Amino acid sequence: MDPRVLEAMLPYFVEKFGNAASRNHSFGWVAEEAVDYAREQVAKLINADPKEIIFTSGATESDNLALKGVYEMYASKGNHIITCTTEHKAVLDSCKHIEKIGGQVTYLQVQPDGLIDLKELEAAITDKTILISIMYGNNEIGVIQPIKEISQIARKHGVLFFTDATQAVGKVPVDVMADGIDLMAFSGHKMYGPKGVGALYVRRKNPRVKVTSQMDGGGHERGMRSGTLNVPGIVGFGKAAELCMQEMESEAKRLSTMRDRLETELMKLEEAYVNGNTDHRLPHTTNISFKYVEGEGLMMGFNKNIALSSGSACTSASLEPSYVLKALGLGDDLAHSSLRFGLGRFTTDEQIDFTIKAVTDTVLKLREMSPLWEMFKEGVDINAIEWAHH
Amino acid sequence: MARIYLDNAATTSLDPEVLDAMMPFLTEKFGNPSSIYSYGRETKLAIENARKSVAKILGANPGEIFFTSGGTESSNTAIHAAVNDLGCKHIISSPVEHHATLHTVEHMAHFSKVKLSFVNMLPTGHIDLAHLEELMAGSNEKTLVTLMHANNEIGNLLDMDAVSALCKKYDCIFHSDTVQTVGHYPFNLKETYIHFINGSGHKFHGPKGVGILYVNESINIKPYINGGAQERNMRAGTENLYGIIGFAKALEIATQRYAEDSAYMQGLKEYMASALVQNFPGVTFNGDTNGKSLYTVLNASFPLTEKSDMLLFNLDMAGICVSGGSACTSGANSTSHVIKAINSNHENIVPIRFSFSRHSTKDEIDMVLNTLKTNL
Repeated sequence: MDPRVLEAMLPYFVEKFGNAASRNHSFGWVAEEAVDYAREQVAKLINADPKEIIFTSGATESDNLALKGVYEMYASKGNHIITCTTEHKAVLDSCKHIEKIGGQVTYLQVQPDGLIDLKELEAAITDKTILISIMYGNNEIGVIQPIKEISQIARKHGVLFFTDATQAVGKVPVDVMADGIDLMAFSGHKMYGPKGVGALYVRRKNPRVKVTSQMDGGGHERGMRSGTLNVPGIVGFGKAAELCMQEMESEAKRLSTMRDRLETELMKLEEAYVNGNTDHRLPHTTNISFKYVEGEGLMMGFNKNIALSSGSACTSASLEPSYVLKALGLGDDLAHSSLRFGLGRFTTDEQIDFTIKAVTDTVLKLREMSPLWEMFKEGVDINAIEWAHH
Repeated sequence: MARIYLDNAATTSLDPEVLDAMMPFLTEKFGNPSSIYSYGRETKLAIENARKSVAKILGANPGEIFFTSGGTESSNTAIHAAVNDLGCKHIISSPVEHHATLHTVEHMAHFSKVKLSFVNMLPTGHIDLAHLEELMAGSNEKTLVTLMHANNEIGNLLDMDAVSALCKKYDCIFHSDTVQTVGHYPFNLKETYIHFINGSGHKFHGPKGVGILYVNESINIKPYINGGAQERNMRAGTENLYGIIGFAKALEIATQRYAEDSAYMQGLKEYMASALVQNFPGVTFNGDTNGKSLYTVLNASFPLTEKSDMLLFNLDMAGICVSGGSACTSGANSTSHVIKAINSNHENIVPIRFSFSRHSTKDEIDMVLNTLKTNL
């Protein structure tokens, strides 16, 4: 979290502690004003109206609310949702839940570069389709989907378009008007704000979109999300949005320059491959496979000093290879030998230098010990070998 | 102008000691990405320690405690799970529940085709236990009983032992919204027949945006928020780490101070109640004020007059923060659903909720009494 965000939050813990729903005294009003201001800051970042921002406990809750809320609200229109296989688990698991309660979900495959095929998307639309849910930027490989084109297809067919933009908001310019987005989930802690707070953008005009509340109670957040507002969290989220607004352009340049240098240097290793489309990509992300090297081995080699992961944090407890990389067509071996590099506001050139050296050294060292690498260097076609089952 | 805050049932100030415990998780335990490996381990350890501490205080197993975004989410999760995962086809509740319960059971009755019954209320604001047993005895389906422990507007305490015993006798699933009592009242969940309770950090000088759901180990429910393996696959979403740490710390402090603080606030409440009776003819109290009632809440009715009609406004002008009902519905200018349910004379009174914290003082109460005298 950015220290400037914490500074903005601090007064709202002990001193200005009011409940934003307390409508008949000053403690309540002070809290409500702070929430309103944060709502403006967040709305401005994505070119929305403040009334279109619903605060939640995070992007996962926002994803759940968008998908289940639309499914319930538009039940009379249809029960079909289109998404894709590389979505975040919060979207995929919500879709599975919807299937269990009677919904139909189409999971589009992605192309080898991670992008969806727009023709396939359009062909999947039926008269029962109520929602297209395609993420903005992927959390593992960083590819940015053709958001405008998707929204045009959705509009043409009178279908709502929801995007999980958790990785993109604050990193690249996201404009819900220009992009034609109807619903959008994002969170505070992915843009140097606090954990425990997120938002769902819900369009109010052309068309006016509604979701059925998934948390009933006091009717907070225009009846779409009840529960006492997390005032300090929301204030921090607002401040984080404001900082991203001011610094995004220069920061994106700085990060992509560092990312490109990291990538170029690491690609000097033999048998290294960048995963996903590199033309349409978030500025701070790269995902590289180092063939004949175990990702976990790589991680063990240096993760006391470098923060990166072999997949998404939400699934990193499992040793399953990344489902995103597998969806791109990578085999288990290659998926296992991949690293995700996510650069950030506090990443420095020195850290990039250190990372290049550490990864290069570790890959070389691990390959030295790898019989597969040895065979590869001797020209043995590993794919042709029939391995004994065990 | 010095402000007097007597709206602690709506929310409480965060204890600076709790903030101190949260600070490392708002600052260096995050900002240093070069230590992510140990960071991940340390934070996991911190969350599990918080869970153990909360569980111990409530007399539960750590495996029965799940962290959520707050009391509302916890109530929604419990009620949905009772119907969708535990097969309850009948819900018994009361008309004075918090809206997080009331609107959720109404939603379930409407969309999930479950039967919904409300237990009769007594004029004291307590539920009619005989009627509750009648409803249970007459229920042929698997039944969820959801009754709040302490009412947020009038402070009435549920006879937890009696309701728990009835639920056991009739094999009901039992959820109690304990948002007003977790941190204000001792629990021993191991000795209580109950399936779900919930708590909210900001009601006892902890942080907003974090709560708990207790799920008894004898039952298995599915997550209400899908999408990740957090909270042992039960509640997806990146953990609100500093919130969780703050929740546990605030509950620890509240528990250590319970004997002293509860006696202190009970004294304030009794002092204020008797001063109101002495000074303002016609004042009555909503709920069982001198009986089974939580020490934090005092709900007084002033006879409706031109002056009393402006009372909330005038108290605010004088810097006194109180509430006409619950914060969660205070936007609406209508009479509270709780007062309506227990007071047939509700059209001729102005109910004011005074709710205390350990920071409230007798001097503050005297100042409130003086302001009331000026304005009535």
